[in-house]
Amino acid sequence: MLRYSLKRLLSLVISLVVASLIIFAVIEVAPGDPARFMLGINAQPDTVAALRAELGLDVPKTQRYLAWVGGMLSGDFGISYTYRVPVGQMIADRMWVSLPLALMALTLSTVIALPVGLYAANRRGGRGDMAVMGLTQLGIAVPNFWFAMILVVIFAINLRWFSAGGFPGWDAGLLVGLKALTLPAVALALPQAAILSRVMRSALIDILSEDFMRTARAKGLTRQQTLWRHGLRNALIPVLTIMGLQFSFLLAGAIIIEQVFYLPGLGRLVFQSISQRDLIVVESVVMLLVFAVIVVNFAVDLAYAAVDPRLRSRL
Amino acid sequence: MPQRCTTRAFTSVLALIASFGTASAAETDITIGMQLEPPHLDPTSAAAGAIDNVVYSNIFEGLTRFMGDGSVVPGLAKSWDISDDGLRYTFHLRGNVQFHDGTAMDAADVKFSLDRARAEDSTNAQKALFAGIADVAVIDPLTVALTLEAPNGNLLFNLAWGDAVIVAPETIETIKSNPVGTGAFRFVNWVQGDRIDLARNGDYWGTAPALEAATFKFISDPTAAFAAMMSEDIDAFQTFPAPENLPQFDADPRFKLLIGSTEGETILSTNNKMPPFDNKLVRQALAHAIDRQAIIDGAMFGYGTPIGSHFAPHNPAYIDLTGNSAYDPAKAKALLVEAGFADGFTTTLKLPPPSYARRGGEIIAAQLRAVGINAEISNLEWAQWLEQVFRGKDYGLTIVSHTEPMDIGIYARPEYYFQYDNPAFQDLMTRLTATADPDQRRAMLQEAQTIISTDYVNGYLFQLAATSVAKTGVQGMWLNAPTQAIDLTGISWAD
Repeated sequence: MLRYSLKRLLSLVISLVVASLIIFAVIEVAPGDPARFMLGINAQPDTVAALRAELGLDVPKTQRYLAWVGGMLSGDFGISYTYRVPVGQMIADRMWVSLPLALMALTLSTVIALPVGLYAANRRGGRGDMAVMGLTQLGIAVPNFWFAMILVVIFAINLRWFSAGGFPGWDAGLLVGLKALTLPAVALALPQAAILSRVMRSALIDILSEDFMRTARAKGLTRQQTLWRHGLRNALIPVLTIMGLQFSFLLAGAIIIEQVFYLPGLGRLVFQSISQRDLIVVESVVMLLVFAVIVVNFAVDLAYAAVDPRLRSRL
Repeated sequence: MPQRCTTRAFTSVLALIASFGTASAAETDITIGMQLEPPHLDPTSAAAGAIDNVVYSNIFEGLTRFMGDGSVVPGLAKSWDISDDGLRYTFHLRGNVQFHDGTAMDAADVKFSLDRARAEDSTNAQKALFAGIADVAVIDPLTVALTLEAPNGNLLFNLAWGDAVIVAPETIETIKSNPVGTGAFRFVNWVQGDRIDLARNGDYWGTAPALEAATFKFISDPTAAFAAMMSEDIDAFQTFPAPENLPQFDADPRFKLLIGSTEGETILSTNNKMPPFDNKLVRQALAHAIDRQAIIDGAMFGYGTPIGSHFAPHNPAYIDLTGNSAYDPAKAKALLVEAGFADGFTTTLKLPPPSYARRGGEIIAAQLRAVGINAEISNLEWAQWLEQVFRGKDYGLTIVSHTEPMDIGIYARPEYYFQYDNPAFQDLMTRLTATADPDQRRAMLQEAQTIISTDYVNGYLFQLAATSVAKTGVQGMWLNAPTQAIDLTGISWAD
């Protein structure tokens, strides 16, 4: 288990270094001078030069890369070009929206998907199964931003149960904050729940035809007992894989949903920073998201080993 | 009877719920939506219009200020004397003006602000506004004298810009995140990515505003903006981003449209140094190939005023020159033949993100194709546009709205991105700057409009409309946008 973990850890570090190089290179190569962007079309060249110097943009690129990576290692993400506040602070503020949103959506999709998958697998070919398959197909096909708009039209514009977007901040109270995140979380969760229920269903169906399941039934366990005791645990591996991928997606992929609900989250921060050429923010946030994705995958790898002891010795 | 009781109980519960819902929209506060969030809150070191939207006349004030109709009136300076040679302006400041931190605003602050803006290492986006100032001298705490290198008829106008507001040296370090000004509202809170809160300044020197508090909410997505208005989460939206939704607001009794004019001359900018546009006949052909009304209707859903030069129609010195470039495709073709391009030519049309450019670009490309010009469209982000088009001058045609007030002077800058180099025009602008007499100035401005119109420097399309939406009860919002601002001081709720 230790060797397995160390191997995974090494590949994690390599991935991070490569990612940081790619991110820096791609963003630096992209055209657009942040200073020129901030000063607009009437600014004089000497004014732009003064701002470039103020922002530290006149330093060579390798030096900037090293300063950036070095800073991140010590937890310093630099100062935003446009907002002029520490990037770490901005990310932390936005995290308080994005992370709860991702967690809410993940919880919601899991809570919906696992029972639905179990139900469908249990009634394979039946009417209930057919209905689940049809609905989940629809859930996968519907883009979440469109679904989000429909939610807004129904629950914000017509029923007025929720506001159409925005986030009052956790200072306004836990319930107020959760309420503001409800529609976005539902919009994010349902398509994910659809995918997850299908994965759960097919994984279970595969397991149900395995020899050990028949043996378990032959030993005298009921259908339900075999399903719970032997089926579920074995079906969890593909489900975990998907959940790992989904968490990354929920964290990074909430950009559109955050736009639709104008939530001050990480996705919107990236979006704004890209359009404002706030390079240092883009670099740091993208790096952080890559870090989160890689770490989540690392955790999933470890979770496989926990669920399936065979993996520990094999790798 | 019991049934009526139930009904009454039910309605009172509903009323209670409703009152919870609207508690935040009491009659002395307002929530205004904006599409862009300011990068920071220092109007003196960035070009972003979103900064001025929040702070202009609300938090910060200058010596002079713009009113909603575009006129320039006294601000922190209550009056001024101009020497006979026009080289010395003596400003008499209002007494009793305090910054929001309680310190007094005096002549030293004015000197600090103006010196900072025109300093060598200044990062003021409109540094040119202060170019002719030779010296700023404190006469006494309430008197400041500006000495100019040459007479400047624009000075009072220039000092009204958001880039020329008076700031305090004590709070300059934190101005970007915690602006301290002299205005009728003070900064309270900024939840980045979401909103900025302002509250009434109880110690304001002028008339107290009707509003006690105001919130600016940042909603960049047009669909989200529509939903936020419709669900009444916000009370007004400055420059509503989707003109196609405006008729729907117009038809809804809960809302009203505020349609006015902006300072945005939307033009088909032409690279005057790049062949074949260095040939005036080609530029003239371009001008006649364009059907402005079709662009206004198609791209702007009818909102916008046709222009024939680079000048705002609401300005008193405006003359209608649209006749110089009337839509006439046959004439355009003939001009192309005359210029030696009987078979037309191919050029680039680089479009920045706003919908006037993206939508307008498609229509213009189709109109140009009809006379044999093949304009290859490429869509650019703003940063790319600034890099390629504005700085690199690597383009044939582009569409952009020039939103700075009274910016006809850019045609006197040969290095400016459309590269128009006409010594006669440059001379005229130099003389204009040195002229203070209003009648003479008007005549010169009209001459300037005519020169660039008949030189067909750019394709002049339309004056961008200011299209805001507000709840019916909101009064006193600016209709026109003489500068980027959401002036809260005049806003109130109808009873």
